[in-house]
Amino acid sequence: MTDVADSSTARELSQVIIRFAGDSGDGMQLTGDRFTNASALFGNDLATLPDFPAEIRAPAGTLAGVSAFQVQISDHDITTPGDAPNVLVAMNPAALKSDLGRLEPGGTVIVNEDTFEDRNLAKAGYDTSPLDDDTLGGYTVIRVPMTSLTMEACKDLGVKTRDAERSKNFFALGLISWMYTRPLEPTLDWIDKKFAGKELVIGANKAAFKAGHAYGETAELGEHHFMIRPAALEPGTYTNINGNTALAWGLIAAGHQAKVPLFLGSYPITPASDILHELSKHKNFGVRTLQAEDEIAAVGAALGASYGGHIGLTTTSGPGVALKGETIGLAVSLELPLVIIDIQRGGPSTGLPTKTEASDLMLAMYGRHGEAPLPVIAAYSPAQCFEAALEAVRIAITYRTPVVLLSDGYLANGSEPWRLPDVASLPTIEANYATEPNQVNEDGEPSFWPYQRDENLARPWAIPGTPGLMHRVGGIEKQDGTGNISYDPANHQHMTDIRQARIDKIAESLPPLDVAGDADADLCLLGWGSTWGAITGAVNRMRAGGQKVAQIHLTHLNPLPTELGDLLRRFDHVVVPEMNMGQLTRIIRAEYLVDAISIPKVMGQPFTAGELIERIAAATAASGGPR
Amino acid sequence: MSTAPETAIPVTTKKDWATDQEVRWCPGCGDYSILTAVQLMLPDLGVTRENTVFISGIGCAARFPYYMNTYGMHSIHGRAPAISPGLKLARPEIDVWVIGGDGDMLSIGGNHLIHALRRNVNINILLFNNRIYGLTKGQYSPTSEVGKVTKSTPFGSVDAPFNPISVALGAEASFVARTHDMDRKHMQAMFRRAHAHQGAALVEVFQNCNVFNDGAYDTITKKDVRGHMLIDLQHGEPIRFGPDGERGVALDGRGLATIVDVADVGVDALLVHDEADPDPSVAFALSRLSNGVGRPTPIGVFRAVDRPEYASATSAQLAEAQAAQGPGDLHALLHSQPTWDVS
Ligand code: SF4
Repeated sequence: MTDVADSSTARELSQVIIRFAGDSGDGMQLTGDRFTNASALFGNDLATLPDFPAEIRAPAGTLAGVSAFQVQISDHDITTPGDAPNVLVAMNPAALKSDLGRLEPGGTVIVNEDTFEDRNLAKAGYDTSPLDDDTLGGYTVIRVPMTSLTMEACKDLGVKTRDAERSKNFFALGLISWMYTRPLEPTLDWIDKKFAGKELVIGANKAAFKAGHAYGETAELGEHHFMIRPAALEPGTYTNINGNTALAWGLIAAGHQAKVPLFLGSYPITPASDILHELSKHKNFGVRTLQAEDEIAAVGAALGASYGGHIGLTTTSGPGVALKGETIGLAVSLELPLVIIDIQRGGPSTGLPTKTEASDLMLAMYGRHGEAPLPVIAAYSPAQCFEAALEAVRIAITYRTPVVLLSDGYLANGSEPWRLPDVASLPTIEANYATEPNQVNEDGEPSFWPYQRDENLARPWAIPGTPGLMHRVGGIEKQDGTGNISYDPANHQHMTDIRQARIDKIAESLPPLDVAGDADADLCLLGWGSTWGAITGAVNRMRAGGQKVAQIHLTHLNPLPTELGDLLRRFDHVVVPEMNMGQLTRIIRAEYLVDAISIPKVMGQPFTAGELIERIAAATAASGGPR
Repeated sequence: MSTAPETAIPVTTKKDWATDQEVRWCPGCGDYSILTAVQLMLPDLGVTRENTVFISGIGCAARFPYYMNTYGMHSIHGRAPAISPGLKLARPEIDVWVIGGDGDMLSIGGNHLIHALRRNVNINILLFNNRIYGLTKGQYSPTSEVGKVTKSTPFGSVDAPFNPISVALGAEASFVARTHDMDRKHMQAMFRRAHAHQGAALVEVFQNCNVFNDGAYDTITKKDVRGHMLIDLQHGEPIRFGPDGERGVALDGRGLATIVDVADVGVDALLVHDEADPDPSVAFALSRLSNGVGRPTPIGVFRAVDRPEYASATSAQLAEAQAAQGPGDLHALLHSQPTWDVS
């Protein structure tokens, strides 16, 4: 891990934000991912933001086809992929045009100058080359003929011209690896593994990678040679993980801890499909996956499996949750464990399928007909998706209820170092299948009531195959206890009340709510989901600047933690940044009559900490000073 | 997961399989005779009540599970063929029966039905076809004939109906049969075959809704016409019908099934029924014979072929993965990507 090629001349930096941007076909996601992994193995803290178009291959060279990957690496604990990039790698004019505005003033632009020819310039909408006019005035510009240098590096390998040209992203990776003194081995090893059996591709990619690295060393880029030391993270073993993988592993861990097999019913949808892919790999854990004919069948099959004693799971995004609504309502009525995982994206309708948003909170809370309460929990960072998945399964099984677990596109694809938990320290989950009759009938014989409740108001999970516990369940209202069909008015009121009470009871099992920052501040930032990173970044900076600020981040949206109302009432200002138009804000106002101020954003991009600080200042100023 | 021991199937009677719930179909409804047929048959199937599940959607037929003293789920409209594969995949040892009507399974649940059949999960689907919406009080259904006057089609339906057998064969279902509510023995024979079949089995049951579509099948299933109108398909036999077997079915030059007089064409010209034909085309041709009201109508098993069954194929993949990789090791999974240590 320590073959950090000659770091003696490198200047120390505490962090850097790099944005790789290119055409969808240029392999920018892979380049960013490789740089990230090398940095992770080197020991930096980091956070990433993949940012790609919905089209698999939008027309080459156009603005619509630009695919970018932003990563912040640092020698200390960070929570976001950073505000403005310090370095922009632009593989073509379109990438420069679309992403230059994000670069910090005076930042560094590295361009593949070979692509700045008439056709590409025209496609990007440049009349004249930005390399020749004052477009890039004020920035440090490093022009590198990456395509021709890549071809040159590959020329003796017997690789076809087109294939050689494709390796230019590895040239860029090599160059950036030199600039930031990244170890080379992880990438070289990865190339061997990834392209095993394709010797020519391995050769070309390695040649391009090494050529990029050598270019940095020889082309007098000395003042661009930096070193970012490993971060002093908590001791432990780490891996770099994205949200969807962490979530899938959390589900597997939950099944393992509950000793209950997992069953996933799913229909492919961006950005959730990777969970289906990941779970499909792990059949040796007894995980069954069914790619269903549609979203409704996906949740239906999951519910069928839950009825059979498995943990029924379904993974989707907003459009799928909308379709699953009726079946989720059935699960509410059947009182069976079921986990609905919603990896949110921009909506409504197809919306922005590859861009992040967190606008399904109301859908999760209320998106069913009738009074159909269910628990809603939200993951807040890529690695924390693991814990969130365990928690969703715990609640589903313990309280015999469908649970909605919210994540989003940013968490799903973003990655960060994760200190791997010790398996022995994971919580256990008790399935407690019913095995015995729980009643005696009029004739004095043992009988079974499917809706007899335990101390959590949960009903028995009596699975087919268990002798003596045969019973019927259904969507028609049933009598509490016996489970027999009942149209009795008072019973419907009672069942409606008890379905709500059972969900409310979950709050008793939650750990005390953590108030981060200054508990005695006037201002409290309240968040949920993936805004945690940006809010935490903002809080850290505000406090470093001498401002007092408190932070509460909700993992449980329904039921809300018992003490939340009293806590919020202590603050003069409760400000709620959300990746939607103020959905939690409305819930808070309705629940607690707290005058919460919304900071909404639906631009397909997460908040940055800097942006939040400005908007918090504006929002609190507008609402008047302390009361 | 408990599995009932193979050896100790307790002796049961119809009474053991019936619940104490009051049956709430209209008096005279064909559903009663289907329920009785099933409750009388199950004690002989060599199965236990705890290992039997009935899953239904919504509609008159869908009340069925409440009357069966087994495990059961009365789910939501159209979704029984979507929910039941999940149960069967999770618990391959459980017998899963899916009950629904023509609206439930061919309209709102049509997509699930064809995919359940295509996927070939080992479930037994009984489709009670009364060609009407009963529970919503008398609208036309996806099997109602063109011209049908109902509350929602006061000027007559202009909607072309499905032929459920054709739909199932089009989906390449591995088992497709038809029976009717006036013949308990025949129903039981079909249900038994469906149960024995390893794969998705669809049995269409002609069912009379005496309230909203009374007599829909009178022209073919009434005692006095049955002999002339029902074509009883028998595997390996030339297809003949009529009181003296005087009529039969032959394939014409285009491969279409046509009704012929045996006296005209001779027995050798008749189509010999092959339910095990891997190609569904001839079975499909047979299903078209009755594509209209009042025409001679085949009943019996149209198709019964061996095809890989989905639930066992899934279980086999799990077993293979466990044999190859050993049971899941959570620690190893968490460490399966590159890791680094911070001390
Ligand atoms: S409406 Fe028709 S199908 Fe429904 S119960 Fe009455 S007779 Fe039977």
